[in-house]
Amino acid sequence: MARITASVYTSHVPAIGAALDQGKTGEPYWQKVFSGYEFSKAWLRENTPDVIFLVYNDHATAFSLEMIPTFAIGCATEFKPADEGWGPRPVPVVQGHPELAAHIAQSVIQDDFDLTIVNRMDVDHGLTVPLSLMCGQPQAWPCPVIPFAVNVVQYPAPSGRRCFNLGRAIRKAVESYDAPLKVQVWGTGGMSHQLQGPRAGLINRAFDNAFLDRLIADPAGLSQMPHIDYVREAGSEGIELVMWLIARGAMSDEFDNKAPKVAHRFYHVPASNTAVGHLILENQ
Amino acid sequence: MALEKPYKDIPGTTIFDAEQSRKGYHLNQFCMSLMKAENRARFKADERAYLDEWPMTEEQKQAVLARDLNWCIHLGGNIYFLAKIGATDGKSFQQMAGSMTGMSEEEYRDMMIAGGRSIEGNRSIGEKK
Repeated sequence: MARITASVYTSHVPAIGAALDQGKTGEPYWQKVFSGYEFSKAWLRENTPDVIFLVYNDHATAFSLEMIPTFAIGCATEFKPADEGWGPRPVPVVQGHPELAAHIAQSVIQDDFDLTIVNRMDVDHGLTVPLSLMCGQPQAWPCPVIPFAVNVVQYPAPSGRRCFNLGRAIRKAVESYDAPLKVQVWGTGGMSHQLQGPRAGLINRAFDNAFLDRLIADPAGLSQMPHIDYVREAGSEGIELVMWLIARGAMSDEFDNKAPKVAHRFYHVPASNTAVGHLILENQ
Repeated sequence: MALEKPYKDIPGTTIFDAEQSRKGYHLNQFCMSLMKAENRARFKADERAYLDEWPMTEEQKQAVLARDLNWCIHLGGNIYFLAKIGATDGKSFQQMAGSMTGMSEEEYRDMMIAGGRSIEGNRSIGEKK
């Protein structure tokens, strides 16, 4: 049977992708960001899964205002990097895993989560920047990826509680897949940031670090936090952090009470407008 | 019963809810069209003519021509859509965000390097000095 081996959490700031693509990683400003991922790149080489289930949000790229799915699962064989207005990022095409994706969709929908099934979409920086941070600049990504897009563009995003419970349902789905695959679940976006209005540039270190502490030790309690607290304390775009709860809900301590191992933790301000947070949790 | 909107008291912040989305539908869909290189070229060649192809309000068109992102957001724009205009202009997200704060590009960049805008005094309108 397939199993979830670890979860990875990271911000997905577009400027990080631009810094990589334009060869600016050695600049002191960016060095401080990328230094937090040196461990992670080595870790991923040692712990390459068979599939990454990558939770992210589409930034008005694949989904315009014509359709706004709350949860969308990518079931295609491949996903091209999107042109977000600057031209597509020069990164590899993302290979999907249609069999596992379809299996998860069927299982999770029957578990009462209404996913939208997407058979064609381009993927934006929300998905490709985490891959770049964790893999560097390879010719091909190290394994297939199932993109899982969450609406955080038009209010309301799904609640933290619903995201956390969805993670649990995803775990059940993966564990009922009849092939010995190692799967990682990645939760991306955040941490505190606000990109709009006179309050743009908001950063809240205390909130972010408390969020990391609780994500590790008290995720069920953290999942009860209402939307308004994210928006008020972590900025209008800080609401992206609900996506981290999907990955956290998929970890095994929610089932067997064995706390995950914190393999890596990193926090840095700023990357462009954003506080960068990063965690790797391994199932014991 | 009206929907509760507890986020209305957060200073300097417009939450893109269903009401804003309805107001800004065509403005945002125009922005979305700039994800194609040929549309960016046509827009840059004659901005007014390109905007006139969209059923936007005159005020929305003026806000785009002025590159006033706060005004665009007031009229229903969402930053992830508006970012396509900035990308078309060759602007970074930091330049776009900074342009809404009344600070110069350098002041905004320096504020971010120094740790960003503090949450103190910025939680609610009542708290704001």
